[in-house]
Amino acid sequence: MKKTLQVLAVVLALAIVASWAALGANRGWTKTSREVRQLDEVTGIEGITNVSAFMPGVDFLGAGLLAAAGLAGVSFFFRKPKPTTI
Amino acid sequence: MKKQIVSLFVIAGLASAALAGPLTFDFKDPKGVNNAQFKLDAPLEAISGSAGGISGTVMFDPANPGATKGKIVVAAESLTVPNTMMKDHMHGNQWLDVATHKEIIFEAKELKNVKTADTVTTADAVGTFTLKGVTKDVTVPVKLTYLKDKLGQRMPNAKGDLLVIRANFTIKRSDYGVNPKAPTDKVADEIDLTLSIAGAAPQK
Repeated sequence: MKKTLQVLAVVLALAIVASWAALGANRGWTKTSREVRQLDEVTGIEGITNVSAFMPGVDFLGAGLLAAAGLAGVSFFFRKPKPTTI
Repeated sequence: MKKQIVSLFVIAGLASAALAGPLTFDFKDPKGVNNAQFKLDAPLEAISGSAGGISGTVMFDPANPGATKGKIVVAAESLTVPNTMMKDHMHGNQWLDVATHKEIIFEAKELKNVKTADTVTTADAVGTFTLKGVTKDVTVPVKLTYLKDKLGQRMPNAKGDLLVIRANFTIKRSDYGVNPKAPTDKVADEIDLTLSIAGAAPQK
């Protein structure tokens, strides 16, 4: 059980860091939309449209790593099974 | 006889020019391109967003751009930032209170330091800015671009003119009672505003 929790904690931490990096490594707060700009050629104005997009930020990274650390911490409450003596 | 005919045409031309007067441009853009952008650059956090709910009218006379007057309204509820929770806080009663104060208004009463070159006029628009129910006198540098007969290029089957207005100015949120006690290291007091809008004056 102890080993399983520790492996889970490492997998979770890696998954969180990898997804944060893959989705833009946003160093601000998590964003749920992003701006798409399109130039209006007649007026020269850049129109702004907001489209749904998930860009995890440092809050997502922190919460994920904290959860992984929690899992690793919980694992220490489990003792290693004692070797059976003959 | 020939002289009399020429004189008649000149008089008719002058009369029509005098009668033309200012055009009324409507800034409710059916294409949804008009926008206002805002930016708060605090030492710990930079916040930026935009608003699309723009309406209002401006009276512009191509023969006398200096006489331009008008009112631009931004629907407070249309202000958005990329973080949903932050947007909800921004709309809440501690910050913009959009449920009570539905409109952000800039009203230009006169133009000063007017400089016109071809179709472009730059000036300082003197007027008032209203945010969260607080109205203050402001002077905003503006750039007006008059695009004669260009409405048809944006809206098929329509005839008329376009007026593009660009403005960039700064206000202080504390002046308008927008959560004045919030720490300025996290949310800057100065709000940088950029307006890029086009209005249409269809031919009647």
